[in-house]
Amino acid sequence: MAELQFREALRDAMTEEMERDDTVFLMGEEVAEYDGAYKVSQGMLDQFGPERIIDTPISESGFTGLGIGAAIMGLRPIIEFMTWNFTFVAFDQIVSNAAKVRYMSGGQARVPIVMRGGNGGAGQLGATHSNSVEAFYSNVPGLKIIAPSNPDDAKGLLKAAIRDDDPVLFLESELMFGLKGEVSDDEDYVLPIGKARIAREGDDVTIVAHSKSYWLAMEAAEELAKQGVEATVIDPRTIRPFDTGAVIDSVKQTNRLVIVDESQPFGGIASEIGFQIQQACFDHLDAPIERVTAKDVPAPYAKNLIEAWMPSVDDTIAAAKRTLYM
Amino acid sequence: MAIAVEMPKMSDTMEEGVLVAWLAEEGASVSAGDVIAQVETDKATMDLEVYDDGVLLKRVVGEGDSVPIGALIAVLGDEGEDVSSLVSDYGGDGAAGSVADVEPAAPAQQENELAPAGLEGKAATAQAIDAPAPSAQPLGGNPAGGGPAGGASRAGDTGAAGTTAEGYGHRPDGSEPTASAASGAAAPADGERVKASPLARRMAEEAGLDLAQIIGSGPDGRVVKRDVESAVEGGAAAPPAPARPAQAPAAQPVRPSAPKTEAAPAASPVEAGGQDLRITQMRKAIARRLAQSKFTAPHFYLTVDVRMDAAVGFRADLNALAEGRGLAKVSYNDLITKACAVALGRHPMVNASYLEDEGVIRQHQGAHVAIAVAMPEGLITPVVRDADRKGLSQIAAETRELAGRAREGKLDPSEYAGSTFTTSNLGMFGIAEFTAIINPPNACILAIGAIKDVPVVDDGAVVAGKAMTLTLSCDHRVVDGAAGAAFLGDVQGMLETPSLMLL
Repeated sequence: MAELQFREALRDAMTEEMERDDTVFLMGEEVAEYDGAYKVSQGMLDQFGPERIIDTPISESGFTGLGIGAAIMGLRPIIEFMTWNFTFVAFDQIVSNAAKVRYMSGGQARVPIVMRGGNGGAGQLGATHSNSVEAFYSNVPGLKIIAPSNPDDAKGLLKAAIRDDDPVLFLESELMFGLKGEVSDDEDYVLPIGKARIAREGDDVTIVAHSKSYWLAMEAAEELAKQGVEATVIDPRTIRPFDTGAVIDSVKQTNRLVIVDESQPFGGIASEIGFQIQQACFDHLDAPIERVTAKDVPAPYAKNLIEAWMPSVDDTIAAAKRTLYM
Repeated sequence: MAIAVEMPKMSDTMEEGVLVAWLAEEGASVSAGDVIAQVETDKATMDLEVYDDGVLLKRVVGEGDSVPIGALIAVLGDEGEDVSSLVSDYGGDGAAGSVADVEPAAPAQQENELAPAGLEGKAATAQAIDAPAPSAQPLGGNPAGGGPAGGASRAGDTGAAGTTAEGYGHRPDGSEPTASAASGAAAPADGERVKASPLARRMAEEAGLDLAQIIGSGPDGRVVKRDVESAVEGGAAAPPAPARPAQAPAAQPVRPSAPKTEAAPAASPVEAGGQDLRITQMRKAIARRLAQSKFTAPHFYLTVDVRMDAAVGFRADLNALAEGRGLAKVSYNDLITKACAVALGRHPMVNASYLEDEGVIRQHQGAHVAIAVAMPEGLITPVVRDADRKGLSQIAAETRELAGRAREGKLDPSEYAGSTFTTSNLGMFGIAEFTAIINPPNACILAIGAIKDVPVVDDGAVVAGKAMTLTLSCDHRVVDGAAGAAFLGDVQGMLETPSLMLL
């Protein structure tokens, strides 16, 4: 096991896949000459050259469309977005083309593309640069959405995403690129898409949280343990297809569910998980399902306000206690 | 532009507010933040602030009027501005309109009883605005107010008195009133349904426990997993909810202030002062179940005087025998329990339950007699099972043991569930006779009065005798007059000739 930063794990995954398969290439703003806005692709230009590590103009709609076309024609592009906020100008390409070409062509064309970049709030970036897009895109059948919380999952799942024959949206976080963690040394480390990880086991309450929120959930779980409450923490890792079964199994044990989700509450990931679980586990629930999300307003800029807006450890503890009538 | 001032929601549970006093005159200039009136909510009397600058053009409601949240209280605007369209917007589509929509019959009925003028539509609104209802007028007289609106939209709540058979005749859909509809209208939905988490509901069902008998410790008395667990483990009273910080009043727009005596509202529903006791879960359960019983089971009452001379002698003989054998002494109540149990076996219609949900009247196999026992904070009804098959000493011992633990709150829920008949005895307090409310799902309850010395005529001579009055409350859905009378006659016969119990 090597300890790697999240960005290094991503780089290793891309590098290994590019070495393995010469149809894989990386394209995005500043991925080549500048080594990536967040240094994810550092050194890759030197290794693979400008034909496979391609700098683009600031034109998400253009290079996303280019990537989708390349994928249809048989290549396996990795598109890096500086952040997912900027995909809204490429929304039509992602929703109308990437997600639907295989369906509308009756399976004649496939779109084996990976789009990746930073997602969600990352400090004082203002309302337009703090979006969490998992709810938007997971609303679209035809897209797979992955949002890992640690370098090990990032590597194993990015390799799986690159090999997948369908469009995969890979959500990272600017705040987590420097996060260090042990990463498997396995020669070809690929994790299954759509499989949750049980990070912690407890009998009292189940907490589901992905990406950055996972760390809030773990901290809340440790704090709850000091108060005698043992939480199971589930990191779904993949948002769609969602591993509902893992959550169902856990909720049947704990009878309580808290979902921590940085997206907006209305129609968010937490809403969807909450719906599925109440339907599958109705007779097992001892309390209403709780969710901890961003507040239902655009992200504020001021430091104190953005902190209040984001889900927090305290919010998570309070939600867990509500499910326990504490 | 005219600005509407509406009745704000000043507390979590507020549904309507009483405008206690106006603090600003019509025509006065007001600024945002000024207090223009005082409003009494279900919790406190609070200041009503305006959020805009302007002239108070119209005070729409009178002092003492109760109006629902969202109803128009006042209109602000520029001097001389016409407010009639704004007011009629509220009048036409607001409270008065909703009354007509919800239950056409209610306003008409209210009209006959209360209203000095028509209550329909804009005519009524205009009337109210031109001549604000005097504060002494009943609530129902104010079209914008909570009276008729409350009665119609929350018939179960405030309109209980109006939920007579006649009222059901006016159901908008013209359907026949069913018992469940009647119960729905008669008691608020909240009081009707036992709140329980889905898990608790399933666990109780699996354990064969009646949810209604379990005291919930969750919000609003919700029965949750831990309550069912402790019920299964045997504590009758669930543990108190874990200490929770007192709920801060949610987002009160303005500070509460003490009620001003000079502005005491004529229509104040309950006088403030005295001591408020929190409604315990047991009291809630009593309230819910007994209200449900009284409002859904049509009660009728049969009263009989029982000569107890023979029973007095019979009991003395029994107890002399019991004492020598170390058996429990038999009380009059035990004799009555036994007599009832034996009679129940002979009168299956009395030993029955009206189970509407299942579409059946269930005649029970065993005669399980519950006995009402007073507790410090309420009462509970432990059950002597198969009392018809038990000897008097055994009934005496069981009853004493159950009652003792009942008073300590240590009964297992299974020990106070599953009765088929109930008795309630207030004789020890010298009560001569009374009527009791049926303990659902029983069909009948027997109210037992004191044994008194009475003059009786025996062979033409007045001699001293002993008598007791029994009153049987019957659920007419199950038991008809003759059936109840036959049962009560049997009980009377067995008490007057106790050896009949042994036949």
